[in-house]
Amino acid sequence: MSDVLNVPHIVKDSAEPGEQRTRRAFLIAAGAAGLAYTAALAYPIYRYLASPQEMEASATAVTEVTLKDAQKLLAGSVLMFKFGSSPAMLIHHQDGRWIALTAVCTHLGCTVQYESAADRIHCGCHGGVYNPYTGANVSGPPPKPLKLFKVAVGDAGVNVSRA
Amino acid sequence: MTSKTASIYDWVDERLGLSEIAAFARHKQVPVHSQSFWYYWGGISLFLFLVQCFTGVLLLVYYHPGADAYESVRQITFVMHFGWLIRSAHSWSANLMIFSILVHMFSVYFMKAYRKPREFGWLSGMALLGLASVFGFSGYLLPMDELSYFATKVGLEIPAAIPWVGPIIGNMLRGGMQVNEFTVQRFFALHVVVLPALFLPLLGFHLWLVQRHGNAMPPSEEAKPVAERKTMPFFPNFLRKDLGMWLVSLNILALLASVFPWTLGKPADMLVPAPIGIHPEWYFMSPFEMLKMLGSVLPGEAGEIAGILVFTLGIVLWLLIPFYDGSKEAGRRGRAAHYFGLLAVFALLATTVIGYWTIR
Repeated sequence: MSDVLNVPHIVKDSAEPGEQRTRRAFLIAAGAAGLAYTAALAYPIYRYLASPQEMEASATAVTEVTLKDAQKLLAGSVLMFKFGSSPAMLIHHQDGRWIALTAVCTHLGCTVQYESAADRIHCGCHGGVYNPYTGANVSGPPPKPLKLFKVAVGDAGVNVSRA
Repeated sequence: MTSKTASIYDWVDERLGLSEIAAFARHKQVPVHSQSFWYYWGGISLFLFLVQCFTGVLLLVYYHPGADAYESVRQITFVMHFGWLIRSAHSWSANLMIFSILVHMFSVYFMKAYRKPREFGWLSGMALLGLASVFGFSGYLLPMDELSYFATKVGLEIPAAIPWVGPIIGNMLRGGMQVNEFTVQRFFALHVVVLPALFLPLLGFHLWLVQRHGNAMPPSEEAKPVAERKTMPFFPNFLRKDLGMWLVSLNILALLASVFPWTLGKPADMLVPAPIGIHPEWYFMSPFEMLKMLGSVLPGEAGEIAGILVFTLGIVLWLLIPFYDGSKEAGRRGRAAHYFGLLAVFALLATTVIGYWTIR
């Protein structure tokens, strides 16, 4: 009889830390399930919103661009084009040299402009100036030069590729 | 609470009066009885509306109204990662929302929750249902596929049948004589700017009224002495159950949206004949079928006008029910309203079934 009475008593005593342990385990499991649920909702939304970035990433994987009929570009003028997804420029200099560079200012990302009269590349946003032959940053805020591309002039067009 | 969080709470409380809100929430009670289940449907409708807003904004990120509408929806559905799922969730939750609003409306009707002092709750709720169906109708055109083209064409014939002003209204809604890119553009403006601007304040008003008057009790419960009625605190007990229902709704929605993705038909082309068996969405099936039936009894323009009159009359009667059966003591009128409600449910269900039956 006393055994029977003792059993619940013993169980209750020893169960208190155990109960806490199961309570804690339950909270951890519930938290993990909640986190997994939220992640399952957030993942498709993130991928959906990130779709254009991924498309762009595959566009920037481009290593060369052929500009049809660009060999007809007059000396002293410029042709703006897209290399992958970002703007670039092809300059046919007065001395006959062909130069292609990225047209994105290294300061804050504006599209730069070739000025044939001053023979310089100028950024309208904050007055950065680059050398139109080397891409070197000459004056103003730009911290880095513009990147040069390799240029091959053919009969049908101009091929621009990553240097 | 540690003394630091307590002092931050006090700082905010002094400026925003959080304790008053907390005290209000503590005292708010929700009746508990055999019909309590129906109290969740307003909350479910609200939740599905929030899903609509959220998925709608996501669709807005890539959707182009106007001439590119179809192409942009094709891109969302087949090019953008999980775009099909976002679109499917938007369509499915729209349908589920209409369904839950209807359940909410009929439960309010049969529990007589429209009686004094809740007349404005009934009227604002009916206005919200009206706006929700215009949301559905305008959203249906936006993909500009075959089905949406013909559905819009047919749907706009109904206001166009109103004598005198009908053709002007039809042309104003279409942006011309035909359903085309101008129609999509104005339906888009309606769907994402005009309707939300009307819906949101009205919804705020509706919810404020619920806070002001609390949950209505069905007459059977009101007949009991106060001591025998049971309640539970709104916060946190009822709120917890409410959120539980939201989670259930979200799971059902996720299941439907992913297992039965919403399809995209062929691009709308006015030179291609309408597909066989084309029919309106289920929530427009009943009025569509009623018009068709009236049209066979009264052919021609007379039938159209009679149909519009019968509808208008039915809706006006339905709207005015709180003023006919307005007080707790309305015994005979209460019974009449009850039978009128049963008749409405029967008519809606029967015409919907007949509508689907006659397609096949």
